[in-house]
Amino acid sequence: MAEAQNIPVGSTTAGQIAVAAESTVATRMSAPPSFDVADFPVPHGREEEWRFTPLERLRGLHDGTAVATGTGVKVDVQAPEGVTVETVGRDDARIGKAGTPVDRIAAQAFSAFEKAGVITVPKETVLTEPIRVAVHGEGGIAYGHQVVELGAFAEAVVVIDHTGDAVLAANVDYVLGDGAKLTVISVQDWDDKAVHVGQHNALIGRDATFKSFVVTFGGDLVRLHPRVAYAGPGGEAELFGLYFTDAGQHQEHRLLVDHNTPHCKSNVAYKGALQGEDAHAVWIGDVLIEAKAEGTDTYEMNRNLVLTDGARVDSVPNLEIETGEIVGAGHASATGRFDDEQLFYLMARGIPADEARRLVVRGFFAELVQQIGVDDIEERLLVKIDEELEASV
Amino acid sequence: MATLEIRDLHVTVEADNATKEILKGVDLTVKQGETHAIMGPNGSGKSTLAYSLAGHPKYTITEGTVTLDGEDVLEMSVDERARAGLFLAMQYPVEVPGVSVSNFLRTSATAIRGEAPKLRTWIKEVKEAMQNLNMDPSFAERNVNEGFSGGEKKRHEILQLELLKPKIAILDETDSGLDVDALRVVSEGVNRVRETGEVGTLLITHYTRILRYIKPDQVHVFAGGRIAESGGPELADKLEAEGYEAYTKGGVSA
Repeated sequence: MAEAQNIPVGSTTAGQIAVAAESTVATRMSAPPSFDVADFPVPHGREEEWRFTPLERLRGLHDGTAVATGTGVKVDVQAPEGVTVETVGRDDARIGKAGTPVDRIAAQAFSAFEKAGVITVPKETVLTEPIRVAVHGEGGIAYGHQVVELGAFAEAVVVIDHTGDAVLAANVDYVLGDGAKLTVISVQDWDDKAVHVGQHNALIGRDATFKSFVVTFGGDLVRLHPRVAYAGPGGEAELFGLYFTDAGQHQEHRLLVDHNTPHCKSNVAYKGALQGEDAHAVWIGDVLIEAKAEGTDTYEMNRNLVLTDGARVDSVPNLEIETGEIVGAGHASATGRFDDEQLFYLMARGIPADEARRLVVRGFFAELVQQIGVDDIEERLLVKIDEELEASV
Repeated sequence: MATLEIRDLHVTVEADNATKEILKGVDLTVKQGETHAIMGPNGSGKSTLAYSLAGHPKYTITEGTVTLDGEDVLEMSVDERARAGLFLAMQYPVEVPGVSVSNFLRTSATAIRGEAPKLRTWIKEVKEAMQNLNMDPSFAERNVNEGFSGGEKKRHEILQLELLKPKIAILDETDSGLDVDALRVVSEGVNRVRETGEVGTLLITHYTRILRYIKPDQVHVFAGGRIAESGGPELADKLEAEGYEAYTKGGVSA
């Protein structure tokens, strides 16, 4: 029962097959988690956690050569009444509670940021309007840290909106008190040259519910680690993601759900569309069910829709189960193509080519978009999808 | 009255780094209200004719003309042909993940009719058409052709035929792979459309079985990339009795 079970699955297109190495979540990292960048060797690119990432495009975030500039990013927080918004020093006790950096850049961000943002929703405060965090790149290099903490039974929606151009390494902590409900929408709508790397840790309290949407459209290189762990039984996590990877873009989402507590649920669903030469999407979905996490119920899914030749997907779901006393555990990964025959079929029914493409891609994303529940974000996404498609024709 | 005119149609396809001529001078006229059966052995070019008329990019027209009411069909893109009134019911309809049948049908009807159908009447129209084809209402929520059985795919093709009301319908082996019950349901659908008198039908088939349900006005035997013989319904009876051997071995094919 305590024996670890490792189920690697690979799914790629363009003749590339990726299969997870025969290793565990813990052993395939090059170093144990740490807040100190010095604890991580500079990656050379062949490590399991770096092998899909083009290091030369990280602009020095990974090797210590990227030094923060004065004008990195501008952060603007708009919060409804009852919410506390603070900027605090490095020694604030609330920083880093939700998780520890697992790779060199996350540790670099933690070691290099000067001020952190802390947003607190007091206990039993139920917000009716979203908290909006606008992170606008001003063309420089920046390191950052953001904490979002909900007291017991508080309910909030947070939108973190990344725009502009920057080289940014920043981590986010989400700390959910018992029975709290937090929905987070992180939008990566960067300009073409931006580089954005970060680790998003959620620590879910007893009977609390965490729902996350990670939406990545822009940037030259985006590499995010959404991670979840539980502070008590009864917690639920829904991790949704959408990405639209264009020619030359590298968009990487590396998830971990650590079922470290009994009777918790998780559901992961990431969907991506790709188009253009050297569009590269990477999805790593690690789910770990620890021996003590009896009664776990988990499912993870990744789907990719490849719209043109020349794009590449590496999709690696990985489920490690250390106890058989669970409700359910499953995973799925599939990469399909919008091919000429589909186009012909739709056009043979009178539908023009551009509309046919839009129909397929909107349909592909619809089930996730509809769940966001913030109207202006849903609309913006649909417009964005249409813009991406128009740019390709 | 709508008329599809095919004159001296030659079509090639690229295969194994070689150009192969499949159609070698097809002449055929199909008028609104008429039903033409095209019968022939495997590999005679029947499906190539169907897909060439619909504009599939795999096929190259090297000679000849195709007009619909005098308009040059070969100059039109695939979607323009459909909007001009051509419909191809496919032998192997493809899956379109992420697109529901209801969304697909409505988008298609909007494109063909030039305006979005009024929602209330549209829902009723679709519901009735689906009932006529013994299709469960839940069908509309499934993704186009995804996980459909062979029979479901063909019903879905005929559902589109009924809703889109083309001037000329090309049915490419709609009968293949169907059991007798499904064949009857699908044939009834085709006949409902034919009875309006507003569609010219080109029924492409390998077997005579479907002709018991759908009565053609003319039967053409297709062999060697062209029409080898044309006649009335009695020609189908002759094929039923004698098979295609006279055409494949008799030197008619090139």
